[in-house]
Formats: sequence, structure tokens, C-alpha cells
Amino acid sequence: MNEKAEELNRVEKKDLFASGHRACGGCGQALAARLVHDAAGENTIACVATGCLEVFSSPYPDPSWRIPFLHSLFENPSAVASGVEAAYKALKKGPVNIIAQAGDGSTADIGFQSISGMFERGHNVLYVCYDNEAYMNTGVQRSSFTPYGAWTSTTPMGNTTRKKNLPLIAADHGIPYVATATVDDFKDLQRKVKTALSIEGPKYIHILVPCPLGWGHPGDLTVKICRLAKDTGLFPIFEIIDGKVTNVRKIPVKVPVEEYLKPQGRFRHLFKKGVPTEEVAEIQKIANHNIERFNL
Amino acid sequence: MLKQIEGSQAVADVVALCRPNVISAYPITPQTHIVEDLALIVGQGKLDAEFVNVESEFTAASVVLGASAAGARTYTATSSQGLLLMAEVIYCISGMRLPIVLTCANRAISAPLSIWNDHQDSMAVRDAGWIQLFAEDNQEAADLHIQAYKIAEQTFLPVMVCMDGFILTHAFEPVDIPEQKEVDDFLPPFKPRHIVDPRWPRGIGLYADPRFYMETRYILHRAMEKSEKTIKEVSADFAKTFGRDSGGFIKTYKLKEADVAIVSMGSVVGTIKDLIDQLEEEGKKVGLLQICSYRPFPRQEIYNVLKDKMNIVVLEKCISLGRGGILASDIRWSFPRAEKKDRNISSFIAGLGGRNITADDLRYMVEKVEKEPVELEFLGLKKELISDKDL
Repeated sequence: MNEKAEELNRVEKKDLFASGHRACGGCGQALAARLVHDAAGENTIACVATGCLEVFSSPYPDPSWRIPFLHSLFENPSAVASGVEAAYKALKKGPVNIIAQAGDGSTADIGFQSISGMFERGHNVLYVCYDNEAYMNTGVQRSSFTPYGAWTSTTPMGNTTRKKNLPLIAADHGIPYVATATVDDFKDLQRKVKTALSIEGPKYIHILVPCPLGWGHPGDLTVKICRLAKDTGLFPIFEIIDGKVTNVRKIPVKVPVEEYLKPQGRFRHLFKKGVPTEEVAEIQKIANHNIERFNL
Repeated sequence: MLKQIEGSQAVADVVALCRPNVISAYPITPQTHIVEDLALIVGQGKLDAEFVNVESEFTAASVVLGASAAGARTYTATSSQGLLLMAEVIYCISGMRLPIVLTCANRAISAPLSIWNDHQDSMAVRDAGWIQLFAEDNQEAADLHIQAYKIAEQTFLPVMVCMDGFILTHAFEPVDIPEQKEVDDFLPPFKPRHIVDPRWPRGIGLYADPRFYMETRYILHRAMEKSEKTIKEVSADFAKTFGRDSGGFIKTYKLKEADVAIVSMGSVVGTIKDLIDQLEEEGKKVGLLQICSYRPFPRQEIYNVLKDKMNIVVLEKCISLGRGGILASDIRWSFPRAEKKDRNISSFIAGLGGRNITADDLRYMVEKVEKEPVELEFLGLKKELISDKDL
């Protein structure tokens, strides 16, 4: 293994996103935020959207950030990061890693336009989406990343739509790097962050981050549920480099979606006395479609 | 150098002389010419700046927020719906104490859609913690931008320079555009106070729970009040350097001897001054109080010049629907309760959605308040267009 590959594959622990924050036990987003910033290193500016991450990590006067942190609104981290990048260019400062980051509500819904603008303009910014598949900070309401069948407080009978596929939409902007990841594989996630930051231009990393509170599973299942999301085919892991899908994670042993759905309270209504309803079959179809599409 | 140019071009030229590092804007009539001209200035390499073409005014405001937080001198411009779309960011910018300069080419608000001038847009964000300066003509609009950067960067408050859409932005007038060296001598390079920089990690935009939020508002309010001193100093300093009176808190015209005092702001004061001269020839004593700084509001100054005026009329291009004249409310509030008795403060709304304010309209207004005070009247209203069913 050469030096560069070694560096890419090293798991970094620098505590730039410090412990002692107010996230729930087992919070996938807190774990992801730590991994992302430890991989990025000290020379990084975090532009964060309003949301769980912001709320549990930045109360005055004791934020958890050991790197510069900038927050203004729910829907504008990509635009704020664009401004930071433009300032660094204009002032001839840098180089610096600029990471715009938000949850799925900000990314998929209210901030969607700003992200598209940032990609299209070509800012040298990494955008990280922490996807916990609903508006968790306001009490588990549906977002356009909420999967089919899931209970949320605004889809009390189960969500009837399918998840918006932002990694592919991002790639279609012609940006040089897109990747998906989860928090069960530290090495993979951090390698993707490091790879992204080594590339000039806009980058997008989509991280699945289980939310024990909103998904209704014990906090100690966060990592296991990530693995099940991958092994069922519901959350494909891949990179898109210069428009080409690559480094697709092959599923070692394919798992039926029931095993992913059953431990989660948000899917409980899909099983009547333990018997799966037709929605489960529908979700299996989504998984099968992913397996075929990405050759998982 | 004196140039016969469009108001927008004058503003663009002067903004460029202020050497902003990052400019971001989104097109909206009647602001467009300003940013088109700046895009050209940057494109031709006459100004070393990043010009960020964005997909909305909301993003334009967010880009300058980010750039300012990273230590850049920034500029944006908008109008009407654009300012409303920015509103969320407008509050953030002042709350984060970022000294951003924005030109508001004043325009009416939808619905119905109107691209023409009034002051409803900037009034919608008057409580946001931005200094708001109103220009009378294109020379003052240009001068105010130079002053705006100095005021903003001394007070760490954002400044909105308000200039009437079309009436100023699209009017060709002779404007004295200063030399680069003059502006450089007047306006020192921006020294940011708090920035995001990995060398000094800090958080900007942390959230404040009920133990801390109120104090941020109190401090901001006090900063707005205290900016009075800076606004006056910068205006005086500008006059000394450039030989022109521009900006400041208030201006008066033939007010001392006046029996009727008109209070207004923006470009309409030119028409008012002409009328005052005409009426003077006819033997009538009418004077003008022109508000230049609408926020912070020059209450004490206003009181000082109006305290012996018993017949005051406020003319404004905006309204608080369901309440009445906005500037009129501010003027009425400028007098202690005991001094309001026997003092007539009339309120006229005019020029909404670009309706012309003619000398005849103004003459009618003066003659009316000479007879009796007017609680609220729409000047130049076409009653024939309104049926009983509408009311």
C-alpha cells in the first residue's frame, strides 16, 4: 500500500467535534459529524444549517466545535459556504476546507435550490447531507427523503412517496465527486471525505444517519441498522467520479428488507401480528430495484 | 469628475471605488443596472473582486453573509420582492453584526405587481437592525455608498442605502464621481472584528436560549442608537473631504420661518423644495424637514427643529395597512405627550406604486392642512376607480 492510500484509509480521531454535546444516545448524525470533521482536519470551516446538529452542538456559550463554525439559517449553508469560498478567493487566503452541511430536510427540501446553485456555480465546497429521513429536530415530520412506508408525525398512516435521489441529482449537475456512506464504516466514510476534499470544485457526500428517537430503535442498534440498510439494498453505497458510478459496495449476503424494517418503530405498522403487509413487498421492490440498478 | 450618467451607473462606479471583495446579486427591476454595471467593471478587470451570480436574492444575501463572516468587504443590491425574499437573511446579517452594504432601489410590493417606486419594501425591514439611509438625488445616492461602508465598518451594523427606483436609478444627472485616491483616503481597508478562520477557531451564529437572547437585542438596539454619532461624524468628514453635504441625520429647507412644515424623505423632496420656493413668492411660509437616516430614527433632532412648529404634514410613500402613515407615526412619537396638544400633525400617503406626485398635489396638500389637520389622506387617489362595493 502506498503512502497516499495509507493516509486515505487511516481512521482519524482528532476530536475537532468534541464530546459533551447534547445529541441523543446513539445519534447517527453526531457520530457522522465527528467522523467528517476528524477526517477533514483542523484547516476546515464548518457552515452548518439550522437543525439537530446545530442545536445539539452550538448553544451559546459552550459549542462543541474546535474548528470555525458558521451558522445562519435552515436553508442556506450552501449559499453561506459559497460566500466564504468567494471571500477566500478574493482575499487570496487559503487553501481551506469548506464543508457545508445539513440534514435531509434542509438538503432535500428547503435548501434544495441553494445547493443546486452552489453545484452549478462550481464553488470549491464539500456539501455533506446527514440523512435521517425526516425533520427530527422539530419532532419527526416527513421530508422528501422519508422512505416509502415510514411513519412520521405528518405521515401517521405511513409515507406514500419514494425518497428523492439526491446523489444522482447532484451528479447530474456535472460536479466532480459524489459519494454515499453510512456511519457503520468509519474507514469508508473518512476516506470519502478525504477524497472529496482533495478534489477542486463542488462535492456531495450523502450519509445515512439513523435517528433512534425518530426511527424508534434502541441507540445501540445505530450501527447495525446502517449495515442492514446497506445489505438489504435500501441504501446503496457508491461513488460517482466525473459522472461515472464507481466503487459500488457489493452486498456480501443479501438480506430481506423485513430484517431492516422490523427493529424500527417507524415501520411497526407494516407488520400485522408479525405478518408483513403489502407495503413490505413494495419496499422489497425498491431494494431489488437498487440492487439491479447499481449492481449491488 | 463630473459625469452625466445614469443613477445606477453612478452607484456602481462609486461602489467599485469602495473596493468590495465580494459582490453577489440577483436581477430585479429597477436594481438591475447597478449590478450589470458592476459585473462589467469586475469583468473588465477594473475591480479585483469575486462577482457571484446566484439563483435568488435569498442566496445573494446568504453569499454576502458568508463572505463578510470570512472577512471580505461585500456588496449586494435589490428591490421589492427581492428584499422580502432576503428578509430572513437580513435579520441574520444584523444579528451577526456583519457590516454589509446593500442598495435598495425602492419599489412597490406585490400584489398587484408593480415595478414602480414607493418605499414599502425597505419599510418592511425597517425593524431589522439595519441602518437605513435615504438619498434625495443621484449625487447623494453615490455619496451615501462611500459613507455607508465607513459607517458599517465602524459600527458593525449593516447599512441599506435606499434610492428611489426609476426616479433615481434610471435618471441621467450630472454626478461627481470621486477619484480612487480620494475614496481610498476617506475609506480605510476593512478590518473585520470576528471572522471564521482556522487559525483562530470561533463560532459565529451560535444559538441563544432564553438566558441570552434578550441581551443580543438590547445590545443591537443600543448599537443602532449609538450609530447616530458615527453617521453624523462620517457625514461631516465627507463634507470636509469632498466639499459636499450628503447624508447625515436630517436636513432642512426654509424651515426656520415656516408656518407649515412638510416632513418627507427620498427623491420627492426635490419637488417639495420647488413648491416651497413658489409658495414663498406667493407669500406663504412653508418649510421642509428631510429625513436622511430613517433608522436609526433621529427623534431628538426632529424634535429640536419641529418643536415650535404647530402645523406639520408628513408625506410618505408607504403605509402600515390597518394603521396609517409609518413615518407619520414616527413623527407623532417624536413629541412628548404634553406637547402634542394643539399641534397638528397631518398624514398624507402618496406615490404608491409609482403614482406621480405633482406640484399641484403638494399645493393641494399644503392648502388643505392650512385649513384643518388631516388624520390620513391618500394624495392623488382616483376616487372614480373605487366603487362602494370595493369598500
